[in-house]
Amino acid sequence: MSAWEVVIGLEVHTQLATTSKIFSGASTAYGAEPNTQACLVDLGYPGVLPVLNKEVVRMATKFGLAVNATVAPRSVFARKNYFYPDLPKGYQISQYELPIVERGELFITDADGNEKRIGITRAHLEEDAGKSTHVGLGKHSGIDLNRAGTPLLEIVSEPDLRSAREAVAYMRKIHTIVRYLGISDGNMQEGSFRCDANVSVRPRGQEELGTRAELKNLNSFRFVEKAINFEIERQIEVIEDGGEVVQETRLYDSDKNETRSMRSKEEANDYRYFPDPDLLPVEIDAAYIEAVRETLPELPDAKQQRFVDEYGIRAGDATILTASRALADYFEEVVAATAGKPQGVANFVIGDLSGALNKGGLAIEESPVSAKALAGLLDRIKDNTISGKIAKEVFEAMWAGEGLADDIIEAKGLKQITDSSAIEAMVDKVIEANPGQVADYKAGKEKLIGYFVGQVMKETGGKANPGQVNQILKQKLG
Amino acid sequence: MSRDLYQQTLTELAAGLEGGDFSCVELTEALLGRVEQHNEALNAFVTVMSEQALAAAKRADEARAAGNGGVLNGLPLVHKDIFCTRGVLTTCGSRMLEDFVSPYDATIVERLASAGAVVLGKTNMDEFAMGSSNETSYFGPVRNPWNADCSPGGSSGGSAAAVAARLAPAATGTDTGGSIRQPAALTGTVGLKPTYGRVSRYGMIAFASSLDQAGVITRSSADAALLLGVMAGFDERDSTSIDHPVPDYTAALSQSLDGLRVGIVKQHFDEGLDAQTGAAVREALSVLEANGATLTEVDLPNIDLSVPTYYVVAPAECSSNLSRFDGVRFGHRTENPEDLFDLYCSSRGEGFGAEVKRRIMTGTYVLSAGYYDAYYLKAQQVRHLIADDFKKAFETVDVIAGPTAPTPAFKLGDKTDDPITMYLNDIYTIGANLAGLPGISTPCGLVDGLPVGLHLVGPHWGEETLLRCAHNYEQLSAWHFACPGDFE
Repeated sequence: MSAWEVVIGLEVHTQLATTSKIFSGASTAYGAEPNTQACLVDLGYPGVLPVLNKEVVRMATKFGLAVNATVAPRSVFARKNYFYPDLPKGYQISQYELPIVERGELFITDADGNEKRIGITRAHLEEDAGKSTHVGLGKHSGIDLNRAGTPLLEIVSEPDLRSAREAVAYMRKIHTIVRYLGISDGNMQEGSFRCDANVSVRPRGQEELGTRAELKNLNSFRFVEKAINFEIERQIEVIEDGGEVVQETRLYDSDKNETRSMRSKEEANDYRYFPDPDLLPVEIDAAYIEAVRETLPELPDAKQQRFVDEYGIRAGDATILTASRALADYFEEVVAATAGKPQGVANFVIGDLSGALNKGGLAIEESPVSAKALAGLLDRIKDNTISGKIAKEVFEAMWAGEGLADDIIEAKGLKQITDSSAIEAMVDKVIEANPGQVADYKAGKEKLIGYFVGQVMKETGGKANPGQVNQILKQKLG
Repeated sequence: MSRDLYQQTLTELAAGLEGGDFSCVELTEALLGRVEQHNEALNAFVTVMSEQALAAAKRADEARAAGNGGVLNGLPLVHKDIFCTRGVLTTCGSRMLEDFVSPYDATIVERLASAGAVVLGKTNMDEFAMGSSNETSYFGPVRNPWNADCSPGGSSGGSAAAVAARLAPAATGTDTGGSIRQPAALTGTVGLKPTYGRVSRYGMIAFASSLDQAGVITRSSADAALLLGVMAGFDERDSTSIDHPVPDYTAALSQSLDGLRVGIVKQHFDEGLDAQTGAAVREALSVLEANGATLTEVDLPNIDLSVPTYYVVAPAECSSNLSRFDGVRFGHRTENPEDLFDLYCSSRGEGFGAEVKRRIMTGTYVLSAGYYDAYYLKAQQVRHLIADDFKKAFETVDVIAGPTAPTPAFKLGDKTDDPITMYLNDIYTIGANLAGLPGISTPCGLVDGLPVGLHLVGPHWGEETLLRCAHNYEQLSAWHFACPGDFE
């Protein structure tokens, strides 16, 4: 065990999936021409005023309830003041002293396989800034304000995470929850889901926290893990070399896999937060909260437990299947439509199907093989029309768009040979052709049974029922 | 028809237009002629909108002929240059917005226009409404029509001077600490600041968002009632505007003073008040009393803290509100900045005047880490105390009456070196802004040939009571008819 204990807290920025911005009617759609989705409010024109999009309150409330948090009866928008070209008003509207969500929690599985509680300090609503672009503009910088005013929910964890792996597990859990709730698309390439990590180390056993560094803008699970691990190593090295970690903001460079200093504590802005006088406090009553609670879907932890209890599948598989609501729905749809066992469905979905999806870079919603079609394939394994091995071949054909399982089995003549006399003839042929191995087998080398099965399967192009082959072989070899 | 058109109030002009005594085009031409003749001496306008005004007048005449037109059809007015007007300069009295043409109309601009009002131009003002004398305007000070060496007050000084000099029968203004009422008092006009949230702030360039409120400067309370009825009401684009029914303000005027309980605040008559101004105000109070009102003393124990409280809250909000003027998207941009930091510093350094900079710095300071609690938070607490004082007082009285400003108009240049003395000019008006209450100033006398104002403050949504009280007083006193000699 290392002499150092790692302490990590994450700030996850989740873009809320509203159609219009948090304080204006402009569209939030991604990828439009620069500055075509910024209205006068987003541009911070003189005289304009923000008006809160009520949908974001509903979404934040959903999140609060999902993580067992307190949804504040009264929360207040504040101004965070700083100058930057992509920040049109010279301040960002955020929540400071009174956030909408406080004191939540979620559970991850730690390295020992135990459930671990991670506290959520708060989650607050805020507007995103625009972005600066430097490509193709010579010595100038361009500003695109399409993103300015996009609603964000910033979710701040307690410093309860003890490794990069735990940080990733926590971040994945948040990712799963926000997508279950339908409050974010969680798209990391488009920046809809990103995080900052506060990382420090301290000698194991020490109560007092070490000095932390804040790693900015980590936009993939892999980068979170790599950046934190790099930073842990860096901090330990600094201390072991007799130096001191300084409080600062650091940027992760994924090309070089290193973090480097962006600004020190001394250079940090004084944001001069104060309540935004243009916006009223957000007031939420118990009836509202209950009405939102009614709309909550089954959440991942509950679903995982139900999959184990109801379908009898392995817990680990249930975790994988419930990582996304769409995948879980797919699984349940297949189970409902097939005579095959749920564990068999789980195996196929996690194995062949997920593999094909990954290879094709597709989401489950984009699978060319529908749940119903997959159920049709699994039915043919169940009723012994085909073997599991042939099923893979049929699945590939289905994936390629060659039709439904039954059509492919028919067209390719993949139907399993279950006629005993046909199999017997094949077995006889194999026995006759391998007198040496037969002698060895009879002399006690029983492992050779596999060899004989293989030979028979080869003769039949894999179509013989392997159970039957086994049985007949054993009979004949006495 | 003996009186010239420019001498008539909005209410009189409405009747004349309705009766076909003159056309809106004739009226507009007459007033544009007045502006042409007198504005150079007064510097009340930043922009004269002759062409647009005549086109609007023509449309108003056509609408009337067709039997259409809103309640203000064909009635001329001017806008303080703080209100955004599409396609027309909106400078806010600043070099920062010297060339700024707004791409949209403020809500009140829109509402007045759809009621048929004809806009003659945009009026001069203290830069970003920060000032009490109109001397902080980038476009130079406005002169008081009663004495060209004097200030008309501020920040709505251009609006007040234009109305007092009969260049326009009515004007819009904004009031953050007295910026409608004080210039109204100093120019012998009527100035109404409504309850916070009564009139939309959308399109009104923000100074201090929690204090700013749009209102009007007119020559009578009846005219103020007419305009307020159009301007007031909920606006979904302003979250701080309140969805409260808009009454018939004009109907409220016909009620007498009988039974009206008028409160007097002792501190409003202490040593800071000019003796002759005090005498004029006391005389006005006795007129109210003689005509059915009762006078009682009320206590506002924390009112003395209103000026220091205001000068923490207002600069704090302004320091943030004015951050958007950074030279990036609109407004003044320095030439050839060396880098981003220089772009900010030089654009803002060149674009803002001294008073604006002073307030941005004050506001930045009071919001800074380590000072926030001692200044901003403390000021907010005191603000609550002041609001509570008013609330308590309004349990026993219907309006609180006193002087609008401590002295009549002062000489231009007199107070420019001493911001504190300048700030004290708003000592009687600031309380209403801190508490979000409506206030009105109506002329109540002349001191050495300069007008002074009677100030009335009401409870939230008390505009009807204020208008009723002021209107009754105007009928009994007629000070509001007084016209500066050079502009008769």
